[in-house]
Amino acid sequence: MSELFLIAHLAGRWVAVAASQVDSAVDIGEVVAVPCAPPAVRGLAALRSRVVTVIDTQVALGREPARAARRAIIAAIDGHHYAFLVDAFEDVFPFERTSLSSGLALDGRWAAAANGVVERDGEPLLVLDLTALVPAGTVIDDQALAA
Amino acid sequence: MDDLLQEFIAETRETLDALSGEIVLWEANPTDRTRLDAIFRFVHTVKGSCGFLDLPRLGRLAHAAEDVLAAVREGTRAPDTALVNAVLAIVDRIGELTEAIAAGSPLDDTTEDLLIAALAEDALPVAPASAGPQTRIASRSVRLAVDLLDRMMAGMSDMVLARNELARRLRDQPIDPRVEGALERLSLTVGEMRDTISRTRMQRIEALFSAMPRMVRDTATPLGKLVTLDVEGADVELDREMIELLRDPLVHIIRNAVDHGIEPPALRHALGKREAGRLLVSARQTGNQIVLEVSDDGRGIDVDRLVAKAAAAGLHSEAKLAAMTERQRLELIFAPGLSSRDTATAISGRGVGMDVVRANIEQIGGRIALRNRPGAGLTIELQVPLTLSIIPAIVVGVGEQRFALPRQSIEEIVAIRGDAVRVDDLGDSRIATVRGRRLPLVDLASLLGIDGGRTQALAIVGTRDGNFALGIGAVLDSEELVVKPVCPAVMGTGIYAGQTLPDSGLPMLLLDGAGVAAAAGLRFTPKAIVDENEAAAQERGIDALLFDDLDGRRRALPLAAVDRVETVSATAIQRTGGRLHLSIEGGVVPLVTRAEPPTTGQVTLLRLTDGVTEIGYPIRDAHEIVTLPVAMAPVRDRPGIAGVAVVNGEQVEVVDGHALFAGELAPPVVRPLCLLHHDGTGWMETFLRPVLEASGYRCASTLAPGETAAVTLAMDDDPPAASANGDPVVLLRSRPAMPGEAGIYRYDRAALIAAVAAEMQSHDDMRREMAR
Repeated sequence: MSELFLIAHLAGRWVAVAASQVDSAVDIGEVVAVPCAPPAVRGLAALRSRVVTVIDTQVALGREPARAARRAIIAAIDGHHYAFLVDAFEDVFPFERTSLSSGLALDGRWAAAANGVVERDGEPLLVLDLTALVPAGTVIDDQALAA
Repeated sequence: MDDLLQEFIAETRETLDALSGEIVLWEANPTDRTRLDAIFRFVHTVKGSCGFLDLPRLGRLAHAAEDVLAAVREGTRAPDTALVNAVLAIVDRIGELTEAIAAGSPLDDTTEDLLIAALAEDALPVAPASAGPQTRIASRSVRLAVDLLDRMMAGMSDMVLARNELARRLRDQPIDPRVEGALERLSLTVGEMRDTISRTRMQRIEALFSAMPRMVRDTATPLGKLVTLDVEGADVELDREMIELLRDPLVHIIRNAVDHGIEPPALRHALGKREAGRLLVSARQTGNQIVLEVSDDGRGIDVDRLVAKAAAAGLHSEAKLAAMTERQRLELIFAPGLSSRDTATAISGRGVGMDVVRANIEQIGGRIALRNRPGAGLTIELQVPLTLSIIPAIVVGVGEQRFALPRQSIEEIVAIRGDAVRVDDLGDSRIATVRGRRLPLVDLASLLGIDGGRTQALAIVGTRDGNFALGIGAVLDSEELVVKPVCPAVMGTGIYAGQTLPDSGLPMLLLDGAGVAAAAGLRFTPKAIVDENEAAAQERGIDALLFDDLDGRRRALPLAAVDRVETVSATAIQRTGGRLHLSIEGGVVPLVTRAEPPTTGQVTLLRLTDGVTEIGYPIRDAHEIVTLPVAMAPVRDRPGIAGVAVVNGEQVEVVDGHALFAGELAPPVVRPLCLLHHDGTGWMETFLRPVLEASGYRCASTLAPGETAAVTLAMDDDPPAASANGDPVVLLRSRPAMPGEAGIYRYDRAALIAAVAAEMQSHDDMRREMAR
């Protein structure tokens, strides 16, 4: 069965993102830095009346920070809205998702974020799971808080 | 009390509607524990509410049903058909009674004894009462889903941002006054709308606290106990929904405190405590949390007995109980059906409240914590989130960045360069001394790793554990902000309490004072618990700010009137309109002063407010906060001075706050429109308009569609053509009038204003006459 995927360019390659995860794909405005936050958090940006957390996808995938922060895929994950920076995006297309071929050795961060492969005109594209790119918050210790 | 009754009725109706399904399911399967619990909670809540709403009949029914259901929960009675029917008959009866109360119609109580008797174990089975025809009266309020309000709020924020952008774009180019007028009206409407929509969700916690004195009294009196109740922080605002959700838990906790916590007077006397128990209920806001505390000085929780009861009830094995930490043992109080008290009373029952309380609090994402002081009292702390709440905040700048700080957490903001502040290095940390008070200093720029942030001011931030000085760049603004939670990754830093989108359209983070202190590694020693019993009994004078006035005298001003202390540039103070005004934050604030303020450099200024009007009071230097003695020496012939008090052995004049504000008038709410008929010279726009606006009128040179002018002003050589319809017109002359000539000399200011007012008045009278 085919699913819809948004094709985006990030970290120097084309990837597919399940359209069910995507809220919208937009250009975001000025990004306000969040001091002390994990490096993958680029900052906060306003999207209409909503504040979104901007995730530098390149950093989340263990690479150099992206230069510009403009294009982004907006997704709601666990009740919070995130903007995942991308270099460019194409349209949404239907593809068949197949599991990662065995023996394929992905680097650690990519391995955690990839959950399948789609084929576009004979070219295989990794399916990126956006939720895996969201940096985890430090677990707050209830005992410590209560003490 | 009426409001409370209305709420009780609405709530009971709602619960009954929701419960009807549960009842049928319970009837089908009487051993179903969840259904049983739901019905039990309902009757328990009704019983609780009836206690303080003074509805004894309902209370009796609910108490009877609760007893039986408790027995079922404990396993001492089997839920047979007779019991189920009897309980259902009572639930139906509660519904009927509630409707009768709502309609204000009488309902005879002859069958109620029978209903209660039917609950007995040996009662003959009764046929379930069939619900009679119920008459519902139309309710005066509408209950809305909060979700809808959320959507309204989001739409409103979008509208504000769109308005701001429109205003920004328009400002870039020359603008037609008509467009400007329309934009202004739009802005005004949007602003009012936003306030209204915000208000639909916000409520002062006072709504919750106001019923408390009566409730405490009604609980304590039948038990023969004496309780003094203190309430703090009634002005904290929070989400209306939160208030609703907090009502029941708070009622339970307070009743428990009075019933189980506070000992009878004779026992208290024997224990060496004051005969009247003390109950303190307080609310405060810390970051995006509201903390409610109910604190009593009673006996506290007897943990050993609690553990013994848990073992007896078979809740946990002995081994498990033995392995528990002190904290876990204490928290057994939250176990369903377990209480530290042996006998049930009409007041708070069997400790069942506590499992309900915890369930309710956790349901709204809150936490409940206990601080037990065996023999000396118990403090129950409820922390609930403040999601989508509006908090007054101060916007501070650090380097290029802006952050918001909850206004409530800031005691004051002082400039570093003043004499009152010094900063010292102490080992590897820094310490600020503000008017003799030593505080640990945290520099925000270095904590957050922001470059180029010069620390120019200190915000004294209060946290639960202690106060510290936060070094900031500048205070930029003071704003009401809608705060929303941040994503987990940002929350994980521990220093932010939320995020917000101010009117600038750029997101901003709200700092959490306690989190900043923790991130900076500050360690506060716990404050000593002060025995306030005696101090509270003594009459206290009011707190006041001690300062040197511009004329060199030392004076004091009631602290409640001081909004903040600020430093402004002397050039911002100008003599305009015959008095001193300060231009600040895009507006003007009138100044009251005893001497001419300096014309160069910086001026320290007290911003005073009575809640409506704001005035400024320039001073030479602020000193400290003192408590004025109750007795004050009166003064004679010193206008603006309320009296002379002795503070630290020194005579201090106390400024009469009333006199300061008595000279100030709040701006009129309705400002009539004056249409300026152009004479082509621009005189009206330049000379006349400011005069009229200062007198409380609005001015326009053209009318927007549908708008009518209250009065039209024109030069006598160029009267307006459209004055035939009887609209009032004031004609102005370029030269003083000779005797017998009509019109008003345009520089005769007093006559001009009087004529405008008179025309407006006579026209109004005429219209009223015609309407008759």
